[in-house]
Amino acid sequence: MALHRLKTLRVGVALVFFTLTVLVFLDLHNRVAPPIAYGVLYLQFVPSLLQYFHTAAPGAAGCIVIVVLTVLFGRVYCSTICPLGTLQDIVGFAATRGRKRRSFRFSAPLNALRYAILSLTVLLLLAGSGLLLNLLDPFSSFGRIVANLFRPATLLANNVAALLLEQVGIYALPRVQWAAFAAASAGLSMATLLLVAWLAATRGRLYCNTICPVGTLLGLLAGISWLRIGIDQDACTGCRSCEDVCKAGCIDSRWKTVDSSRCVGCCNCLAVCRKDALRFENRWRRPVPAAQPDRERREFLLNSGALLLGLTGVPEPARVIIQSKPTTIPERVTSPTSPPGSGSIAHFTATCTACHLCVSACPSRVLVPSLFEFGLEGMMQPRMNFHSGHCNYDCTICMDICPSGAILPLGVERKRLTQLGVARFIKENCVVFTDNTACGACSEHCPTKAVDMVPYPNPANKPLKIPEMKPDFCIGCGGCEHACPTRPYKAICVDGNPVHKLAKQPVVKKMEEKVDTSGDFPF
Amino acid sequence: MDRRDFMKKMIGTGIVAGSTVAFGDYADLFAAPGASPPAFDLVAVKGGEPEVMFDKAIASLGGMAEFVPRGSKVLVKPNIGWDVPPERAGNTHPKLVARIVEQCLAAGAKEVSVFDHTCDPWAQCYRNSGIERAVKDVGGRIVSGDSEGYYQQVAVPNGRRLTEAKVHELLLDADVFINVPILKHHSSSMLTVGMKNLMGVVWDRGFWHRNDLHQCIADFASYRKPTLTVVDAYNVMKQNGPRGVSAGDVVAMKSLIVSPDFVAADAAAAKIFGAEPGDIPYIQLAAEMGLGRIDLGALSINRIKL
Repeated sequence: MALHRLKTLRVGVALVFFTLTVLVFLDLHNRVAPPIAYGVLYLQFVPSLLQYFHTAAPGAAGCIVIVVLTVLFGRVYCSTICPLGTLQDIVGFAATRGRKRRSFRFSAPLNALRYAILSLTVLLLLAGSGLLLNLLDPFSSFGRIVANLFRPATLLANNVAALLLEQVGIYALPRVQWAAFAAASAGLSMATLLLVAWLAATRGRLYCNTICPVGTLLGLLAGISWLRIGIDQDACTGCRSCEDVCKAGCIDSRWKTVDSSRCVGCCNCLAVCRKDALRFENRWRRPVPAAQPDRERREFLLNSGALLLGLTGVPEPARVIIQSKPTTIPERVTSPTSPPGSGSIAHFTATCTACHLCVSACPSRVLVPSLFEFGLEGMMQPRMNFHSGHCNYDCTICMDICPSGAILPLGVERKRLTQLGVARFIKENCVVFTDNTACGACSEHCPTKAVDMVPYPNPANKPLKIPEMKPDFCIGCGGCEHACPTRPYKAICVDGNPVHKLAKQPVVKKMEEKVDTSGDFPF
Repeated sequence: MDRRDFMKKMIGTGIVAGSTVAFGDYADLFAAPGASPPAFDLVAVKGGEPEVMFDKAIASLGGMAEFVPRGSKVLVKPNIGWDVPPERAGNTHPKLVARIVEQCLAAGAKEVSVFDHTCDPWAQCYRNSGIERAVKDVGGRIVSGDSEGYYQQVAVPNGRRLTEAKVHELLLDADVFINVPILKHHSSSMLTVGMKNLMGVVWDRGFWHRNDLHQCIADFASYRKPTLTVVDAYNVMKQNGPRGVSAGDVVAMKSLIVSPDFVAADAAAAKIFGAEPGDIPYIQLAAEMGLGRIDLGALSINRIKL
């Protein structure tokens, strides 16, 4: 019977989605993530939903596909596309191996809890805070688990493998430099992983049916779905084998009912029923109109939600200072810096689900999870940390892969002119000022020469130059801040623009003589 | 530090390269026995394509085999610091790098590695500079410089300000070290040529910047003398260096300098750029430290016009 094979199909599809999703996050060498991330993550519900709200682009309508799928077939998303769902299935599979029979039992739905979590998530979102959504969105939770926990482990394995290969003279596998460690994100990811894994090992899909707001929301839609698994009262012998394997705990074999709001469509039951008593039932004989969310109203509410901006940047941990005169003036900024393509901090914090895909993919390691720089709502959303890297002038990887539209694709031309913030020079910290020795690391990295070097008369009477800012040309890439060598405080730092601006086109000064025509050597 | 003390430190570090400084001779320790000293102190070529100019220059120095013994491990260190295309002249010309790798392999080198500790993200620099493709196509080995794990702490015994540095393991491993800088204007050091290009073999460049950059550049140059310095002055960034803002910063000078004396190479390059070598502090400091010759007039120079 074909229905028996649905479980195999489900497992296959789930593993394909899971593997590709993991690959996108673990791609240490940036070989596959940029070209495939968009396609692989197109159907992830929450990122797509947020993108749809904010851009209303039909191309960003992966969430609509999921809504339609759910209205037709129930919560198949939860058993195939959702990577956190598949992770739970893998944990559950591993936990029950060796045991002959799984022993799931029907349990009453924790309706008060699950609807309270969903309501609170939605209410906070409407009030402009994505905090709960970001914490609970299964895709983003999974992304954070992979980016913050599995990726460092993979990086370690990569570097050990590279080290071993180097012993035999093979350098084809490059080592990868550790990125900045975000303790809070790693801690939260670990807590999520432990909670999810423990529930998956002991209580099946209880997480999905109680805590996960996407599960609860899709459960509401599944309650009106076209095809649903049901039990043929006559054929069923009440053997309970279906209930035994139902990790959602939604089959009540005593009353021969299936709670379709909690059924995750795993089809395990179909595979074990020897009497073919489980079947898909068409519930639309009496049609029920599908409720669509009122998009305009939501968009309005989302957009008008006032966001608390971050206070000041959290200082980096002080490192060993090897400098004749440690700098004294702290780098104070009025605003953190959001990634290029985010347009404004308001758009960014409202749309980003903190899945950390951009953190994983950023080749400069400039994107790092924030703590409270964007306010409590923006917890864990990536910010530009110019101590750990700078934004490469021609790079557009984060905007090419962001699945939620928090970082929109600008194209490289526009990106080069987008001013994320403006660098501020703190002369008193500059080594040219304090030590009267040459530097200019900031100007060296500046792609637009917004940081220029001008002659600096000095007590030592050396031919020194000192930085001078031309803020109009600054794009806030942070090359200057990243390169600035002074410690503990840098002599130049980027103050974020809450709303990104356009910088002036860099001045193209052409050399008068394009080709050297002097025939002789000057020596 | 007296000479005995110095020699002890040398042995202590166990760095073969250090001894080249002590003995003042650059290649004999590695070169095939009986190799004759090169005919010229410096070769300058003008008017050709990068690879053609290199062929002429190396031939006039007696061929690559003079510098690259059979079975040796070679490190070729170009400037790959920036994610810019070749026409912007931010990085060494890929054709020049490829030809040097080819010549080394033809001379019987066991392996030829190429890396740089880049300023922009390394994979993008390697790709967009054209150097990764060019090197791979001729059988060279492209290696990353982007992980601190590659770098090992070494002493810089002759350093005045810089006394230790973390250096890429491939430099420690190499029998032959060919430095292939591109000549450019530089906002930090006024000019970047050979000695400045060595910042790409160490991990912590910030230390140099905050501890008297010019002195640190000269100090590190005393750590290991390159077997050869090949200065790419084919396209020269005359302003807005070292990254450049547009192709308008570049002047086609179609020149190349090759010398076993890196101070002389830098001095000659400064002249080509239009600067006085003595005005570039690190060149002056290196000459004062006895690392090479700045007095171009006293050198035997082969000038080749194509």
